[in-house]
Amino acid sequence: MEIQEQKKMEKITQKILQISGAEAVIKSLLAENVDLIYGYPGGAIMPIYDKLYLYSAQLKHILTRHEQGATHAAQGFSRVTGKTGVVFATSGPGATNLITGIADAQIDSTPMVCITGQVSSHLLGTDAFQETDIVSISTPITKWNYQITKAKEIPEILAKAFYIANSGRPGPVLIDITKDAQFEMLDFNYKKCTNIRSYTATPKIEESKIKAAAQLINNAKKPFVVMGQGVLLGEAEQELKAFIEKANIPTATTALGLSGLESNHNLYVGMVGMHGNYAPNIMTNECDVLIAIGMRFDDRVTGDLSRYAKQAKIIHFEIDPAEIDKNVKTDVAVLGNVKETLAVIMPFIAKKTHSEWNKKFKDLYKIEYETVIKNQLYPTKKGLTMGEVLENINKETKGEAIIVSDVGQHQMFACRYAKFNKTRSKVTSGGLGTMGFALPAAIGAKMGMPNREVIAIIGDGGYQMTIQELGTIFQTKVPVKIVVLNNSFLGMVRQWQELFFDKRYASTEMVNPNFIKIAEGYDIKARKVEQREDLQVAIKEMVASKESYFLEVIIEKEDNIFPMIPTGSSVSEIRLK
Amino acid sequence: MTKELLTVSIYTENFIGLLNRVTAIFTKRHVNIESITASKSEIENVHRYTIVVYESKILIEKIVKQLEKQIDVIAAFYHTEVQTVHQEIALYKLQVEHAYKTDFKSVITENNATILEIEKEFIVVEKMGTKAQTDKLYNELKSFGLMQFVRSGRVAITKKKMKVSNILNIEN
Repeated sequence: MEIQEQKKMEKITQKILQISGAEAVIKSLLAENVDLIYGYPGGAIMPIYDKLYLYSAQLKHILTRHEQGATHAAQGFSRVTGKTGVVFATSGPGATNLITGIADAQIDSTPMVCITGQVSSHLLGTDAFQETDIVSISTPITKWNYQITKAKEIPEILAKAFYIANSGRPGPVLIDITKDAQFEMLDFNYKKCTNIRSYTATPKIEESKIKAAAQLINNAKKPFVVMGQGVLLGEAEQELKAFIEKANIPTATTALGLSGLESNHNLYVGMVGMHGNYAPNIMTNECDVLIAIGMRFDDRVTGDLSRYAKQAKIIHFEIDPAEIDKNVKTDVAVLGNVKETLAVIMPFIAKKTHSEWNKKFKDLYKIEYETVIKNQLYPTKKGLTMGEVLENINKETKGEAIIVSDVGQHQMFACRYAKFNKTRSKVTSGGLGTMGFALPAAIGAKMGMPNREVIAIIGDGGYQMTIQELGTIFQTKVPVKIVVLNNSFLGMVRQWQELFFDKRYASTEMVNPNFIKIAEGYDIKARKVEQREDLQVAIKEMVASKESYFLEVIIEKEDNIFPMIPTGSSVSEIRLK
Repeated sequence: MTKELLTVSIYTENFIGLLNRVTAIFTKRHVNIESITASKSEIENVHRYTIVVYESKILIEKIVKQLEKQIDVIAAFYHTEVQTVHQEIALYKLQVEHAYKTDFKSVITENNATILEIEKEFIVVEKMGTKAQTDKLYNELKSFGLMQFVRSGRVAITKKKMKVSNILNIEN
């Protein structure tokens, strides 16, 4: 009798120790030191939100106005902190609304864990209400994804999710959890994941490759470094600087590599690519050794591949083996985290000055300055330029701000003209080119780095793609600064129509609403600038504001972004006008 | 870039949806899959896909890297025709009245095929071999009232070691 009683009691205590799948999700997030989630509730994820309510002191949830906004906010947060962004969404449309952000995070290597609710497991495949096969849909655009149908899987799968998202080359992970698994009870025991047998996060460094690379670098007369986001993701900024300073190698960045090396560094020669700087593009086809560090030779960087750096030996420092020889055939591939490989190669690198070679970049810069930059920053024409807006922002922020940009002409102006003193200061949608990225990403960036000034630079087109996130700013009071560069056009497409489609401006002209009234509707201080003489004062006021601020600048309608490497051209065919 | 028949061998964990992830890599590069088979492998709890494609080595090399990049893919390899020993199985359903003709019998014998089953109305012939061999038999059996034809995907053993056990640190 007594034994039976005891067994009964044991069963009861065990039940008490058990928690629901929904609570296990929350506890797993806490175990991963998550303190911020972006999301949007709905039927299939309600059990998780119900538990989130109980843990709201430890785990802050930001209700965005659209699930896409949640993903971009999580990306912005991650890009400035290096931490994994976390997103909640419900099944069906909630889940499908994540797709653009997931694809963006995948192509720009941003660590993100998306948790979606799913219909109960007995309904799977029955076309139930708000059912979509989000695992299949997200497969090609996630680093990993998984559907949980049993509560007991939750701790292990979430541990794997966080490990995968933020190890090796980071990326997005989607975990779909059926509603019954959220209700089901389990014994919660969380162990962090540190190894998966089928996955090598960081390849082993091969000493022979290090030595071969060092030899090429030491023998180079005209070495040239192009660094990408891998330097930032690997937190290898110091290692990079030590490396380039030792051998005095001129260094350019990709769009995503911006701010990894401060803009005023004497070896920094600008941005490569379609709208990059003149010197680094020209010199790509002049150098004798091209050292690519944590970048992936995107077509916007290389232009015509058959005429890209053909004269040079190529060294590729890269964490992802699949990037080696994908676009550009390398002579030496140095696999590994660039923080480690750059440190390992240092003792083998000889001190060099390369002063003649470095001077050539400065000479080409002068040409670009006279033909393009001067007219952008200090225009003499009547209409305002995007460049002068950026220049005024530089003056006020002194390169200390985080600049978040959307996609289009203004993005390229921001990449070209914004100055950076600190790493992780430029957030933009590079690979996917997602219009609508900047506003929610700026919200996430400001929440990730509350002590830094965050300025979103957005075009009038992209702004209206996620304009609903003004609601998130209104509710959270996050002091994000928004600059809309309004030229009443989808400017980049219009520029292409002008240059390559005989000025047939098909569907690129925008008749815009009163942006000031809209901002005011959300209680956001707003100001519109149409005259040059008002610009600096307005930017000063914006930067000084402790609250969110909206600044609309009316830009010359048909301005173009130059230099430019037209599609199909070689980097050395870069046009200055 | 010359195209050729290449056999891609992929060792994976056994998870739902993984085949989808694997084929998506081919889809992304606009590569058609000639045949695909999935089975267990020589290693316990490790699955093996054998995918045959008609493509250039350069492209398949890139695809193999993309495959290996997938978290649940343990290893992936590609081999040319001469680097593998491979077989396919084909089944032919024919009208039964032809089974007793002498020229039918000689076709079966010459092609090293076997009769799997004889029923009242039909006969099933089985042929194991390469695609060329099963195609040859197909052409020869056409005149014998071919009612159904089906061929499996290729299964292939590579001549060289693939070192999957090394990756997993197990003996095999």
